[in-house]
Amino acid sequence: MKLSTKTRATTLSVALASTLALTACGASNETDNASSSGEDGGLSGTLVGAGASSQQAAMQGWSAGYNSVQPDVTVNYDPVGSGGGREQFLAGGTDFAGSDAALDEEELAEAEERCGASGIFELPNYIAPIAVVYNLEGVEDLNLSPETVAGIFNQQITTWNDPAIAADNPDATLPDQAITPVNRSDESGTTENFTEYLAAAAGEAWPHEPSGDWPVSGGEAAQGTSGVVSAVEAGAGSIGYADLSQAGDLGVANIGVGEEFVEPTAESAAAVVENSETLEGRGEYDFAIELARDTTESGNYPIVLISYHVGCIEYEDQETADLVKDFMTYVVSEDGQQAAAEAAGSAPISDALREQAQSAIDAITAA
Amino acid sequence: MTVTSPPQEPTAPPPVRRPGDRIFSLSAKGAGILILVILAGVTLFLLAESFPALTAPAEEIPGEGGLASYVWPLIFGTLLSAAIALLVATPLAVGIALFITHYAPRRLAQVLGYVVDLLAAIPSIVYGFWGIAWLAPRLVPFYRWLEENLGFIPLFAGPVSPTGRTMLTIGLVLAVMILPIVSAISREVFSQVPTLHTEAALALGATRWEMIKMAVIPYGKSGIIGGAMLGLGRALGETMAVAIILSGSAAGITFALISSANPQTIAANIALQFPESTGIDVNTLIASGLVLFVITLLVNMLARWIVNRRADFSGAN
Repeated sequence: MKLSTKTRATTLSVALASTLALTACGASNETDNASSSGEDGGLSGTLVGAGASSQQAAMQGWSAGYNSVQPDVTVNYDPVGSGGGREQFLAGGTDFAGSDAALDEEELAEAEERCGASGIFELPNYIAPIAVVYNLEGVEDLNLSPETVAGIFNQQITTWNDPAIAADNPDATLPDQAITPVNRSDESGTTENFTEYLAAAAGEAWPHEPSGDWPVSGGEAAQGTSGVVSAVEAGAGSIGYADLSQAGDLGVANIGVGEEFVEPTAESAAAVVENSETLEGRGEYDFAIELARDTTESGNYPIVLISYHVGCIEYEDQETADLVKDFMTYVVSEDGQQAAAEAAGSAPISDALREQAQSAIDAITAA
Repeated sequence: MTVTSPPQEPTAPPPVRRPGDRIFSLSAKGAGILILVILAGVTLFLLAESFPALTAPAEEIPGEGGLASYVWPLIFGTLLSAAIALLVATPLAVGIALFITHYAPRRLAQVLGYVVDLLAAIPSIVYGFWGIAWLAPRLVPFYRWLEENLGFIPLFAGPVSPTGRTMLTIGLVLAVMILPIVSAISREVFSQVPTLHTEAALALGATRWEMIKMAVIPYGKSGIIGGAMLGLGRALGETMAVAIILSGSAAGITFALISSANPQTIAANIALQFPESTGIDVNTLIASGLVLFVITLLVNMLARWIVNRRADFSGAN
C-alpha cells in the first residue's frame, strides 16, 4: 500500500512538473513536441479513455507497449461499455472513447458541441474475428453456410445430422445428436455483431433484428465470452459464438462466403474490414465503416467485431492533443497492432487501414 | 399496601444532564434518523430514475412490449428461484437447528454450529463458481434421470440442459446460500425454549421427538418463519451467483426447471445488462430494480406480520 501511494505521488509530481514545462514552452514549438515523441519519450501526462469492454484486453496491451515508448504517460481506460464510453466522451469527461458501434446521428450532433466544427475521428483500430465454436466429438472440420448458422441459432435445425448441415459437410459423419445453441446472457457487442451478420447474410433464415440482446429465447445462455466458451465445453453437442482468441481447444467452424468456406483468421478478418465501405456523409476523418457482412469475396471472413477509437480532431489544450496524437499513432502502428494481437488475439489492421487512420491522426490539433 | 412518601428528597430536581448523555442521545437519534433518510433517498432515486421508463411508450422498452411484459418474466424468475431455495432450505435448516440444539453432543454441536455459520461468510461469487464448475455438471445425470422417469410432470419436461445451468440448479445453490441464515435464527429460538416446557413434555411421557413437536416447534415457529423470510430476502436479491450460473433468457413464464430455457431473475438481469445499456434501457433496468425493492419490502412486511401474529399464541413471552 505504502509503495503505491508513493509511486502515485511521484507520477503526480512528474505530471505537474511536466505541465509546467509544457506551458513554459508555449505553443511555438508544438511540432517539436510531437515529432520528438517517437524515439525516447518526451511526453508526459495522463490520457483518459472509457468505453467498450471488448477492447479492454487490447487496451492493456497497448498501454503496456506504449509505456515502453512513453514511460511518463499513463493511459487509463475504463471498460464501462460502448454506450457509456460514448456518453462520457461526449460529455467531456474523457479524452477518447472506445466503442463497438459508430456514433449515431444524435451523438454526432453532440460531438460537434464537444469537439467543435472540425469534428471527430472514428478509427476502426480493433478487429476481432468472432468464431462459431462447437463441441462435437468426432467432427474435426465443420463447414456452415450462413443459412445453416442462422437455422441452428434460430433453433430450426435441432440435430447435428440435419440435411442442411450434411449438405455443407458431405464428407463428415454427423451424429444423431441434439444441438444446443449457446448465446450470451448479457448484452454485448459480440452478440450485436453476430446478429448483424446473420441478419445481413442469412436472409430468410434469420427473421430477427440485429441487437446486443440475444433475440431467440430457449437456448443455453451464459455470461460473457468465457461463460459461453465454458458452456460449450461442458455441453456435448453445443455450439456458440465467441471471440476467436478465446476459442481454446473447441472446434471452430468455417463459414460459407460465396462458393467457399472461410476459416476465421487474423488475415481473413482484416480483409473484410478493408473491403468494407466507409460510411458517407460524416466528417472528413470519420472512418466509420459499413461492414460487408454479406460479402462473397474469397478469403473474407465476415463475422468480425470492430471497435472504434473515437476522439476529437481539435482538442482544447495542446497537451491532450499531443497525447492523443502520439498514443493513437502507436495504436495503429505495426508494433501497437502486434501488442494488441498478443494481448487480445485481435487481427492486426492492414496497411491501407493504417494509412487511412494515420491521415486522421496527423490532423489532430489543439485549438 | 402502605403508601410511603419519599422521606426528605425534594420533588425531582431536573435530572443532571452530562455532556456524554447529550452526545450519546444525539448520535443515537441521528443514527436512527439516518436510516430513514437513506431508505427515503433510495426510494426517491429509484422512483426518479425509473420514471422515464414508467412513462415511456411500450415500443421503446427493450423487447418492445412495454414495461410490464419486460418485467413480468423477471419477477417470475426471481420468485421461482427464491421459492425453490426456500422449499429446500427451510426443512433442512430446521433439521440442522434441531440437531444442534437437541440431539448433538455439546462439543459436536458447537463445531457444527460454527461450520454452518461459516457458510454465511462465503462470498456469493464463490458460490457462483462452485455452482457452475462443480455442482451443475454433476446434476446433469440426475436431471436426465428426472426427464426419463418423471418427464410427464411439466416441472421436469425436457430437453435437459447439457450443462446443468438450470433453474433447479440455481434454486439449490441459493438454498445452500440461505441455509446459514435460516438455521442460525431457528437455532437461536430453539435454544431459548424454556426448560420448563421441555421438561414438562418429557415428564408427561413424551419421547424426544414428541417433545420437540409439542414444545420446541410451537415455541420456535415465529423464529423459523422470521428466519425463512430473511433467507427469502437474500435469495430474492442474490445477483452474482445467479448471473454466473443461470442460463437465463427471455424465456417467459415456464415451470420447466431442468431445461436450458429459464426466465432470468431481476437482480441478475440488471447485473448482466447494465454495462452495455444506455438511455431508456438503463431506466428500464432501474424500474425493474424498483419492483425488486417493492417485492423485498412486501416480503419483509409479511414476515413481520406473521411473526407478530404468531407471537401472541406461540408462548413466546
